[in-house]
Amino acid sequence: MTTKIVIGLDGTETGDRAVGFAKDLASRIGSCELLVAYVIEWSPYTFQTPEENALRHKRREEEIALATSRVVEPAVEALKAAGFSARGIVRHGDVAETLNAITVENGGSQIVVGRSSADGIKKRIFGSSTQNLVMHADVPVTVVN
Amino acid sequence: MKSIKTLGLSGAAAALLANPAFAQEAPGLDEKINQTFANLTGPFVSFIFAPFPGTSFPWIVMWLVVAATVFTLYFAFVQMRFFSHAISLVKGDYSDPNDAGEVSHFQALATALSGTVGLGNIAGVAVAVGIGGPGATFWMILAGLLGMASKFTECTLGVKYRNEYEDGTVSGGPMYYMSKGFAELGLPGGKILAVLFSIFCILGALGGGNMFQANQAHQQIAGIVGDYPGWITGLVFAAVVFMVIVGGLKSIARVTEKVVPFMGVLYVATALVIIIMNADMIGWAFGQIFAGAFTGLGVAGGMVGALIQGFKRAAFSNEAGVGSAAIAHSAVRTKEPITEGFVSLLEPFIDTVVICTMTALVIIITQQLVIDPATGLYVLNEAGTAIATVDGNSGVSLTSAAFGSAFSWFPYILAIAVILFAFSTMISWSYYGLKAWTYLFGEGHTKELVFKIIFCVFVVIGAAANLGPVIDFSDAAIFAMAVVNVFALYFLMKVVRQELASYSARLKSGEIRKFAD
Repeated sequence: MTTKIVIGLDGTETGDRAVGFAKDLASRIGSCELLVAYVIEWSPYTFQTPEENALRHKRREEEIALATSRVVEPAVEALKAAGFSARGIVRHGDVAETLNAITVENGGSQIVVGRSSADGIKKRIFGSSTQNLVMHADVPVTVVN
Repeated sequence: MKSIKTLGLSGAAAALLANPAFAQEAPGLDEKINQTFANLTGPFVSFIFAPFPGTSFPWIVMWLVVAATVFTLYFAFVQMRFFSHAISLVKGDYSDPNDAGEVSHFQALATALSGTVGLGNIAGVAVAVGIGGPGATFWMILAGLLGMASKFTECTLGVKYRNEYEDGTVSGGPMYYMSKGFAELGLPGGKILAVLFSIFCILGALGGGNMFQANQAHQQIAGIVGDYPGWITGLVFAAVVFMVIVGGLKSIARVTEKVVPFMGVLYVATALVIIIMNADMIGWAFGQIFAGAFTGLGVAGGMVGALIQGFKRAAFSNEAGVGSAAIAHSAVRTKEPITEGFVSLLEPFIDTVVICTMTALVIIITQQLVIDPATGLYVLNEAGTAIATVDGNSGVSLTSAAFGSAFSWFPYILAIAVILFAFSTMISWSYYGLKAWTYLFGEGHTKELVFKIIFCVFVVIGAAANLGPVIDFSDAAIFAMAVVNVFALYFLMKVVRQELASYSARLKSGEIRKFAD
């Protein structure tokens, strides 16, 4: 059976290190598919102007296209070029919850992420996405420094 | 959200009057402009606000209340049957996770609320209770509950008949359901109604949604820092509005959209604290509300006076039937238009049944209204037009005094809240007006820019001048929107009933179900 590993990217170099670690892991496991996931931070409970609402669908498509072309596709292509089986997923939502949901939906056995770089106050109050993921994920999580 | 008129000289006129050389001509010119405008628009204003013969009950208020009652009966009390379902929808229980990133039900509701919660909830209620007594609260709540059905009807149609363009943007509102809905049913005249509605919507946006708001914001600022020319406030507001709607400076809008709900919650929370502090008075206050609703307790006009005031304020505050909410709600992402109808019925509930009632309870409980200890009836002021208040306050200053009697610092918070509410209402109405404008003249950068610049110019005029007749006219334009909108809703309500029947059946059969957590 193919093992599935989800790699959570955030567009920074820590993500690259997560990819590197996952590659290492996959080559040891053998039959392994790498799911490269990028979650665009979004909450359904924010307040917006009517104009923002009217443009929201268009903006969402643009955000997905940008994340796909700038972050996910290059990573997937690089993995494929290196001989790995890989595909990409881009979704909106709470980073920790959504990464976990993607993993569960796809039958992933573990999640690899880079250490996140959340800013001061927000991190202190709510914890970083990485911390939340480690606390609440349904599968083992590896955090790459 | 509007309709509290302020009297007094505009800043510019006051400055001119201070100069003896202008003292003779300036008021004459000002008077002339007002008079000409009043003469031109007077018949229209008089028609919209005309009372039923022999009463002081404006027919337009009856028009809205009758419509709300018809929709309530036609949809078999949808506002009660689907209330908890509406809350589930707002919570996102029925939202497809694959639609994450689209406009959620919560966001559409919050956006629409920021356009309606405002002066009507703070100042309007004080006027209602000040004139109609505590009994007005009962009728206001009843009208709010009925209005939920009107919102349900118009917002369902707003989503159903919206335009979705290739680039992914959406435009919706009464003008679209009038033209497309009537055509679908093979009815004539939809296009004419849509054009009429759009014209009234533009006028209402420039007036009640803009000039009146700017005017009231200036009154609040002048009340704190002392009197100064209104055009200064106008220019500052216009510059900020310009930056948001023309410059695309989202940060200001975002800050406002975040602060306004916070202010709303703070307002309700403070009201609750005051009510709890006077817990022993709650029973008495509700006693006054029920007794006043059916006897009047000595207010001018008796029970009918209380009823008129209550109905009027609810209609003016929550805009149910006006059609503006249908524009705001139409951007939501849903496969089922009716779900947005369910969500929108929470709007009059929050606006009128919760927030307006809080204001009324605080005014009653803090005993701002003077009661004759001998008879237990309310004492009228010298003119006999309203109930005498402890400090002679009325309107927003009555609400301010009521909250201030418990927390002396609250009037400052309230003043800031009024200014922010005014600003967010202006941003919302700039969008409603723009949608009506583009419906009439077509979409395009230059065409849209023309409207946005006109809108900003009217901010300055609204804050600087005291154009009573213009504001009367703008209020009338907003209610004229309701005349056209409700008329169209009567023809289109069967479409909503089909949607409701189909949705209810699928909800019952389990075809529509919650997404697992």
